[in-house]
Amino acid sequence: MSGVLDNPPILVARAVTRRFGGLVAVSAVDFTIPEHSIVSLIGPNGAGKTTFFNVLLGVIDPSDGEVEFLGRRMVAKPERIAYESLVWVLPAVVLGLAAAALGFTGLLIDRPLGIAGFGVLIVLMASLLLGIIRPLWYQKRLARIGIFRSARPNDMVEAGVGRTFQNIRLFKNMTAIENVLVGMHVGLKSNLLSAMGNTKKMQREEAAALERANELLTLVGLMGKGNEAARNLPYGDQRRLEIARALAANPKLLLLDEPAAGMNPKETQNLVALISQLRDELGLTILLIEHDMKLVMGISDRITVLDHGEKIAEGTPEEVRKDPRVIEAYLGAPAA
Amino acid sequence: MSAVQELPAATPAGPRFAGLKKRAGRHRSWTITLSVAVVGAGLALIAYIPPFTLAQPSNAWIDGYTNAGVFVMLALGLNLVVGVAGLLDLGYAAFFAIGAYTYAYVASPFGNSILGINLIETMGNQAAGIVFWPMLLVGALVAATFGILLGAPTLRLRGDYLAIVTLGFGEIVPIVFLNSDAVTNGTNGIGGLVRPALPIMGAFSAMNPYPYYITMLVLVAIIMMLCYRLVESRLGRAWEAIREDELAAAATGINTVTTKLLAFALGASTAGIAGVFNASKLVTVSPDQFTFIVSFTVLAMVVLGGMGNFWGVAVGAFVIYTINNVLLKSLNQFFDTTGIPILKDVDFIQLQFLLYGLALVAMMLLRPEGLFPNSRRKRELHTAITMDEQDSMTTAEATSEEGQR
Repeated sequence: MSGVLDNPPILVARAVTRRFGGLVAVSAVDFTIPEHSIVSLIGPNGAGKTTFFNVLLGVIDPSDGEVEFLGRRMVAKPERIAYESLVWVLPAVVLGLAAAALGFTGLLIDRPLGIAGFGVLIVLMASLLLGIIRPLWYQKRLARIGIFRSARPNDMVEAGVGRTFQNIRLFKNMTAIENVLVGMHVGLKSNLLSAMGNTKKMQREEAAALERANELLTLVGLMGKGNEAARNLPYGDQRRLEIARALAANPKLLLLDEPAAGMNPKETQNLVALISQLRDELGLTILLIEHDMKLVMGISDRITVLDHGEKIAEGTPEEVRKDPRVIEAYLGAPAA
Repeated sequence: MSAVQELPAATPAGPRFAGLKKRAGRHRSWTITLSVAVVGAGLALIAYIPPFTLAQPSNAWIDGYTNAGVFVMLALGLNLVVGVAGLLDLGYAAFFAIGAYTYAYVASPFGNSILGINLIETMGNQAAGIVFWPMLLVGALVAATFGILLGAPTLRLRGDYLAIVTLGFGEIVPIVFLNSDAVTNGTNGIGGLVRPALPIMGAFSAMNPYPYYITMLVLVAIIMMLCYRLVESRLGRAWEAIREDELAAAATGINTVTTKLLAFALGASTAGIAGVFNASKLVTVSPDQFTFIVSFTVLAMVVLGGMGNFWGVAVGAFVIYTINNVLLKSLNQFFDTTGIPILKDVDFIQLQFLLYGLALVAMMLLRPEGLFPNSRRKRELHTAITMDEQDSMTTAEATSEEGQR
């Protein structure tokens, strides 16, 4: 078991801190996830688990520290983002001034304002669009000149991090298979034009996606339920569907936020089997946040315990179980 | 990735997915072309059948249909924004105006002098009409550009806030056109636009409504086809996902900002096309054609027709337009000729907005999902009460999580 923990890390969080006003929800937490491992994050209610989780996923920015995924710096405190707006406006302003200068000298064009106006508008549009779409090369170039903005949740998914939610957030009015198909969004290539042209390539892609979505439903045990509305599925099935949706993006790391919450013992047992299967057969790395101690102790390679935003213990299940600080955090300090 | 593809052998897709599978690869083109042609021919026929000819002459019917068609286009475009992507846009008429003015600048002597081109002079009034066809595309692009310019800073807002910003934009655009006298000719608007022309047929005329009518049908068919293809593609699924739960959509890898922006731009470009067509038909544009009432009417058409369902929305738009502009007029005539005591003294045109309002209220009470609901919308509205508890929980989480950012 401990062999897995020696794998190279897939995700590294360094001194992640998040403050909400005066409250320190997460305080300087160092955290690594070795490849192909199942690691868990536990802690009493309000320990900062979900905040930490949200920082890892780019949902909220950290107040300090950074998160690296597959060697790429994904999440950190935003740096000098005010200057980014200059990047959008500056080219247009320069062009406008240049055109005005040319116009005054009477060279080139006799209606400088009209044509320059069009040019400025087009350049402004282009740079604005660049700022909205934020392609990878644009982000990298900005990072080089010291402007950094954390990855958005969708960037994290694209990089290979899948997640589920603590309280299920399926697209309730869509069918199960449509939910999975939405999950496959980042893997599909079709764009506006191929969709409008209904190209052969897109049709093939859609057919393949449907096939794959069925495979995923089968994998999580929802065979034959694809055409049912997600909201009509039983609770346990909804949880599984959420996992299938997260898997659809072909993640390398799967973050499960209390996957067993509200499940009966039998459903939990099935879930344990599913999680192990995901790791062993699909080669995924899994981070669990969970309150169900039996599940956590049984499945984890390593457990990290948070309390009041601080990491108080880390180690194998046996080590954590015996750790006096963990016992104190959960049961309170023994009377002196 | 490769690891995932080596999954335990996939079970073959059950028969239950056969329909869906077929849908993924099916061409909608033929069914839509055929239906639009049949409906178009049927409507034209109605214009020549006795009880209808009494209300107004046949050519007026055809002309009325064409005007209704403009609203059908608008409603189809707005449906993409409101019905599919769930972004409430109350300033939709702004894009309609932008499309119309784009055509006016290229296709009128006044506009040409502003732009500094001599298109009409060099080509002649009749032949210049050929620019109408490329202008449909240009109008769409210009409107889409403004859609992006408006959307980029505002699409972070949701629901009510977005509605207010778009409402403001919808007011600003006509007011700018109204007050920039030097470039837009103010209240009088830009007149003398050239009518569309085709190489062999020559220019369209005000006397013969058919060329416009057929052009309208073709445009509606094309827009409808593209809409269907879009909503059934990866993009359409992304829009629906965003409408259902934006945070979850982002967590499944959808770039919510660009996806919403795309819906906004596509909706705007449809309005741009409708604007170009409408301007070419009226041969004049002025700011008073694009008041809030247009945005509102189109939104009512979308809601009444059945949000999210393109055919429903098209029918809704057509029905509302026809009731407003034809039926109420002929009701007056009808009761005048029959001489029924009280009814013959009622002026139904004056009561137009009362009846309209009553119809909207009745509709919302009896059938909130619209005349021809989208199955998903129906599910949403009819299971809403039972799922209320769970929903309120999720929203609470959503707001807390976004508040933190």
